[in-house]
Amino acid sequence: MPGQKSMTLGEMGLAVIAALSAVLWIIITAHAWTPEYAFHAGLFAIASVASVFLIVNRYQARPAQLPPQEINGKPNYNFEPVKFSTIAAMFWGIAGFLVGLIIALQLAYPELNLGLPWTSFGRLRPLHTSAVIFAFGGNVLLACSFYVVQRTCHARLAGDLAPWFVVLGYNFFIVIAGTGYLLGITQGKEYAEPEWYSDLWLTIVWVTYFIVFLATVIKRKEPHIYVANWFFLAFILTIAVLHLGNNTTIPVSIFSSKSYIVWSGVQDAMIQWWYGHNAVGFFLTAGFLAIMYYFIPKRAERPVYSYRLSIIHFWALIFMYIWAGPHHLHYTALPDWAQTLGMTFSIMLWMPSWGGMINGLMTLSGAWDKLRTDPVLRMLVVSVAFYGMSTFEGPLMSVKAVNSLSHYTDWTVGHVHSGALGWVGYVSFGAIYCLVPWLWNKPKLYSLKLVNWHFWISTLGIVCYISAMWVAGIMQGLMWRAYTALGFLEYSFLETVEALHPFYIIRAFGGGLFLAGALIMVWNLYKTIVTPAEEIEAGVNPALVPAE
Amino acid sequence: MSLWNKHAIFEKNSILLLIGVLIVISIGGLVEIAPLFYLKSTIEKVEGVRPYTPLELAGRNIYVREGCYNCHSQMIRALRDEVERYGHYSLAAESMYDHPFQWGSKRNGPDLARVGNKYSDDWHRRHLANPRAVVAGSIMPAYPWLAKNDVDLAHIDQHMKVLAMEGVPYTPEMIEKASADAKAQGTDDDPGAADFVKRYPKAQARAYGEDKGRLTEADALIAYLQQLGTQVDFKLYDGKANLR
Repeated sequence: MPGQKSMTLGEMGLAVIAALSAVLWIIITAHAWTPEYAFHAGLFAIASVASVFLIVNRYQARPAQLPPQEINGKPNYNFEPVKFSTIAAMFWGIAGFLVGLIIALQLAYPELNLGLPWTSFGRLRPLHTSAVIFAFGGNVLLACSFYVVQRTCHARLAGDLAPWFVVLGYNFFIVIAGTGYLLGITQGKEYAEPEWYSDLWLTIVWVTYFIVFLATVIKRKEPHIYVANWFFLAFILTIAVLHLGNNTTIPVSIFSSKSYIVWSGVQDAMIQWWYGHNAVGFFLTAGFLAIMYYFIPKRAERPVYSYRLSIIHFWALIFMYIWAGPHHLHYTALPDWAQTLGMTFSIMLWMPSWGGMINGLMTLSGAWDKLRTDPVLRMLVVSVAFYGMSTFEGPLMSVKAVNSLSHYTDWTVGHVHSGALGWVGYVSFGAIYCLVPWLWNKPKLYSLKLVNWHFWISTLGIVCYISAMWVAGIMQGLMWRAYTALGFLEYSFLETVEALHPFYIIRAFGGGLFLAGALIMVWNLYKTIVTPAEEIEAGVNPALVPAE
Repeated sequence: MSLWNKHAIFEKNSILLLIGVLIVISIGGLVEIAPLFYLKSTIEKVEGVRPYTPLELAGRNIYVREGCYNCHSQMIRALRDEVERYGHYSLAAESMYDHPFQWGSKRNGPDLARVGNKYSDDWHRRHLANPRAVVAGSIMPAYPWLAKNDVDLAHIDQHMKVLAMEGVPYTPEMIEKASADAKAQGTDDDPGAADFVKRYPKAQARAYGEDKGRLTEADALIAYLQQLGTQVDFKLYDGKANLR
């Protein structure tokens, strides 16, 4: 009925649910056992009230008709949630890198813990890991998946409020998780620290994310589902399974933030690293491979190298990754058979990983010259090179003999960061450098020269970081097992810690460079967004000229 | 090649693709995790492992809260240098009542699986307040607030109820006497100490702090640390008996 304006079922339902949620959380705020939990319950209550207000306000401001699916036969893409997540990604990225730099300095200078609960290493380290993985990485994945799925399906994002619920709800989860760590609210499981109520909230958000993504794929105008969407789908689905499996907890009370995981001891350890390693495998690999499969061909203006390779490495990768978790538990009380299985599959995993790397790199066939002139493409390609490097190092470290040296040392930290800074960081930066001009309708970035600076400064940072950690890790591992001629352990534990000091400083320096590069990026993106298109077109700086 | 064309069935049908992914990602997890719950060899038979006392449990929750697992492992690997440095390698049975496990993954500081009774309570107190006062060159943060805060035991019985639901053998008596037991463990010569030790064999009951009138978070944490790795008597433990 044109002209007749009424609330949709979704608007009405969500407003009612948000209102009920506000009541519930106000009651919990009043009865919470600890002030920390009362604070969180208060945040939930405020967010619920704000949601009601936003939904009603949005309804009153909008036209009677919801936005059309198509305009003049072309899909009417919904890019507003994508823009939100893009900006959120950069915000959380800077925050996460900064906390990383702080805790790196704390390891070199322990006085920087300041003797305060909420600035001590044990609480800041989960803040760093969650901020970079789930806040930065998560928002990059939300932005890219919502962008790519619309473009490759030629369809508007499914749902009206749902995409907004996903991006806002996810970022609210980040706020709850992050403030929780500072206040000492944690499950004590690595990369799964948020407590039961944050986990429940994330489950609701994630299921909505899954439905929005799948519904968009289902209403696609293209007969085939593009390869990037296979990876996104596998990532979203598997993360849901992992999240539920590793967060099966029983809360002490609805008025307590504390819960106890139903698994214990060795089973809990296995489930934790089944989760932990596949947070790497699906959140930080499958999801970002999807980004690679869209943005590299797009930027290089070349088709994906091999369709068959993408089929083989997709199925092999998602099948084998799941098995690799036990390599985090070599020589522990986990049964030997499980350790051996984990090691075997970790080594085999090398092949599908490199399948992805080859497919990404070889997509540049015939376009390699662009690496000289386009620093964004260079960033994307170097990310794939880092992916290849760290997925070679990973299987190496999963070999029990190597792991006996590397485990518990900074070698692991270095390995993680070659993947995180080099692969996830660079592919994200590359994708965002592509996305921002597209989303804000600018002909190109404000300055490619600044991208070049970002690239070289952060590359230097990564090299400092990972080489310092290689030396520190291997050195400490060797010192732990060093024996004197008389058969005594040669070094006390403390001596092995003191030896690390110079490398911790080099690492912090490397991390500082990486942060500096990201700040340059934020400035460049900001200028791209605010500078009028004509001015950017006219050129703030001349394009780089290929070398003779 | 016809087989390649067959893949189109997944590319053209999102639900089939979804089901395919779900099957493929389920196999590894099922094969590696499910047997751990029924294979008897997973957790060896050992004498002496008991649930945490209420005070130790409160201390363990502080250990978790402060993120100690970020820098300290509680898992001695079966390697010569580790066994010589820290003691007998860790057994699966020793963490069978740990919800969650705290094996850790990084040693910025030493392993703590057998730290119990290695240092005095006084050493721990000073060390927590300022690690560099007792270990020059330590990079551990100082935790001065632990000695200032009273430990929260108000709902410790409810915590134990949840753990009992999850399979930790807390008896109704243990749950009922939880706060009395916490006080008995943290006080010198408490009249309830004898009963308490009957419920929790080998538990150490004494004043862990300097201020005898109250139980601080530091006291609870030290009570937890002082029992780590002490439950199994390795003079009596026969590792060969568990070989199959």
